[in-house]
Amino acid sequence: MEQFFQQLTNGLAVGGIYALIALGYTMVYGVLKLINFAHGDLFTIGAYLGLTLLTSLALTDHVGGFLGIGLLALMVMGLVGVIGILLERIAYRPLRESPRLSAVVSALGASIFFQNAVMLVYGAKFYVYPQNLLPNIPVSVLGMPIPLMRILILVASVVMMICLYLFVQKTRIGTAIRAAAIDQGAARLMGIDVNRVIMIVFCIGPALGGVAGMMVGIYYGQINFTMGWIYGLKAFTAAILGGIGNIPGAMVGGLLLGVIEALGAAYISMAWKDAIAFVVLILILIVRPTGLLGERVAEKI
Amino acid sequence: MKVPGHLLAGALFALLLCAPLALDRYWVDVLNSIGLYAILGLSLNIILGYAGMFHMGHAAFYAIGAYTTAILNTSYGVPVLWTLPLSGLAAALFALAVARPIIHLRGDYLLIVTIGMVEIVRIALINDVFGITGGANGIFGIDRPQLFGFKIRQPQHFFYLIWLFAGLTILLFSLLENSRFGRALNYLREDEVAAEGSGINTAAYKLAAFVLGAGWAGMAGTIFAAKMTIISPESFSFWESVVLFMIVILGGAGNIAGVILGAFLVVGLPEIFRDFASARMLFYGLAMMFMMIYRTQGILPPRPRVYRLDRAGGAQ
Amino acid sequence: MSLLALDRITKRFGGLTAVNRVSFAVEEGQVVGLIGPNGAGKTTVFNLITGNYRPDEGTVQFQGQAIGGLAPHRIVSLGIARTFQTIRLFQNLSVVENVLAGCHCRMRTGIFGSLFHTPGQRREERQVLAQARDELAFVGLGDSGGQLAKNLSYGNQRLLEIARALATRPKLLILDEPAGGMNDQETQELIGLIGRMRARGLTILLIEHDMKLVMKACDQLVVIEYGSKIAAGTPEEIQHNPRVIEAYLGADSDDDED
Repeated sequence: MEQFFQQLTNGLAVGGIYALIALGYTMVYGVLKLINFAHGDLFTIGAYLGLTLLTSLALTDHVGGFLGIGLLALMVMGLVGVIGILLERIAYRPLRESPRLSAVVSALGASIFFQNAVMLVYGAKFYVYPQNLLPNIPVSVLGMPIPLMRILILVASVVMMICLYLFVQKTRIGTAIRAAAIDQGAARLMGIDVNRVIMIVFCIGPALGGVAGMMVGIYYGQINFTMGWIYGLKAFTAAILGGIGNIPGAMVGGLLLGVIEALGAAYISMAWKDAIAFVVLILILIVRPTGLLGERVAEKI
Repeated sequence: MKVPGHLLAGALFALLLCAPLALDRYWVDVLNSIGLYAILGLSLNIILGYAGMFHMGHAAFYAIGAYTTAILNTSYGVPVLWTLPLSGLAAALFALAVARPIIHLRGDYLLIVTIGMVEIVRIALINDVFGITGGANGIFGIDRPQLFGFKIRQPQHFFYLIWLFAGLTILLFSLLENSRFGRALNYLREDEVAAEGSGINTAAYKLAAFVLGAGWAGMAGTIFAAKMTIISPESFSFWESVVLFMIVILGGAGNIAGVILGAFLVVGLPEIFRDFASARMLFYGLAMMFMMIYRTQGILPPRPRVYRLDRAGGAQ
Repeated sequence: MSLLALDRITKRFGGLTAVNRVSFAVEEGQVVGLIGPNGAGKTTVFNLITGNYRPDEGTVQFQGQAIGGLAPHRIVSLGIARTFQTIRLFQNLSVVENVLAGCHCRMRTGIFGSLFHTPGQRREERQVLAQARDELAFVGLGDSGGQLAKNLSYGNQRLLEIARALATRPKLLILDEPAGGMNDQETQELIGLIGRMRARGLTILLIEHDMKLVMKACDQLVVIEYGSKIAAGTPEEIQHNPRVIEAYLGADSDDDED
């Protein structure tokens, strides 16, 4: 029973991270109907930038663990957000009017570019985040010891998701984003500056992905230039699982996938852990393409 | 193709066949790689170029062909060249089983699913599924091909095996382009609803494109296995699929000459610019973005078929 | 037995009933027009006949055989061909290749013949090419064979779609707004073409908004409004039917030029 609970909370923590990344995919897809292949690499960049800033600015030495990490998160979000905006400008905007395949290939090209740029700049080896930035004492939940880090990750993810949800539902810009996602043309006619909406989406989505990368670095300790590939694909699965284009769906999908994966790895097989996400993806697309909460992906007549 | 086109192609091909006489081992081997990738590119071209289906899982079919040959040869002693049709068949059957549930998916989703497929195949190979794949180390000790008692071992000899197979592929696929089957694939690429409404069984043709492309890639896998004598899952990752995808897209999807050119560029250029090898993938990424923004059809776009209508003389 | 018979055919999309228990028949050799205001459900009726939609209730019978729910390509091979309201040509392919698409379902060459260009395959290619040439000449596009479809004028693109449909050797031809975007002269030529197709033995069912064409070319009219059939009869009867005038003809004479 304790094993189950440990795996469950572990799955939720990882799931929270998947959800943060998935939100980036889903928001971009909602507005541009484009799968941003490069999103996973923005996650990687977040992880590396986090490490670089952390070690060069020695934040936690100056202001203590929690505040230091908090500041780091803001900086990473800001930087990766800017990269996201640049990405949209360079690789996607020229292809707005082109057939879908062009944008998809360009996205793939951007992904390959980013991944290899990281490799060239930082090298191919694994990098290690400084340990013990935050106290990692076990906290007693329902009578069982859960590492504090795990709880913090989950709480941080959920807080960010709630903020995003409120932003999208309650603010004017959020409504503009939702409108553009439903019908770009109509939104434009209503006076919404669609270019600005897209820019904001490409700032927030990558920012969340980047901070997720930083969180992975802190939680697992190790980062590598290929991590974006696997996390990206899993997060994408999560977005599809919840219904691509649907923000609550991405949150639900992420958490759910994290749990399925953790329980599957523990009770079925560790070696096939990565395959679980792929299998879920293919099954969902075949059996219920709308996802749990969302839109159709099969060809319409 | 007009007659001068045929002559030009023939002349270039004849020139190419003289290459082993002039080049050293290393460069002959590079040409061997180019040849294999050209064959693979042409097989992917059927799915991606003619039928317009976004497919990034082609390495899976290649892998199944290679592993079929490896297993039949090392565990059952089947001579390598005899495994050629069997590898093709295995890959084709796999494609039949896997493609059927997914071909109705819209473009970018089909793309994602094919990526998932190739990764599952790779993970299955690493995990030694059914106990026959040798796990992460792969399978070694594959025989060389034997033709009438002559063992093909040197790069120069492989050169002729590979490029004659490539030549055959080019010939057959050129004929395929100018036929009912080839046209049907183009129709469903251009407008699936219109094609279906004109009486074409689009689902069946999509499946047929996958099966044919997979079967051919499977046969290329046999040659690869025999050439390397060792195969492992790492040769068949998603990145292999990306390279194949790029060969077709950059060179010119739907155009045989374009795909061949793509193979030369994508495989050959890094060999020429060895100093920048580590930045190779970086350049690929940039090239992909650049091509999509400035020249979507690839370097050599597909040429429209020409029909002489005055006396219904058949396709040119 | 009617060539085509729809019996209480119904189609719903979520809460909206797009086609509501519509019944009518088309006899062999007739030219029947399906008319009604925009959004009345006419194209949906067509899509139900051609297999693009599956009926929720009711049956579609072609030559006595139930065809509701069959795949579109099957229905084409049974003998019903269509054109689309928004032109759906293969824009980047040549005019003659577009027509060859129609020939496809009557050909027999399989993948083996296609790969190896057997004598049978080559003979069949010559035959279909001749057939395509004939159909293009029949609709009046005899000189345009080598051009790309997207370079044709709008009116000629509509003719090309008809040629492609004719190449499938149909018994029933379904035309969805064939005169859409045509000027007066082109419309006159279209009326002539319909007459020639009829002389060839074809039965035609068409949707049109151009009342001159409809009145001149059709033997029978069926009027649809809000998904239901509200009248059927000869053009003269329909012209004087108060219900129809109220629903459609009255409103239409406002925006019909001339």
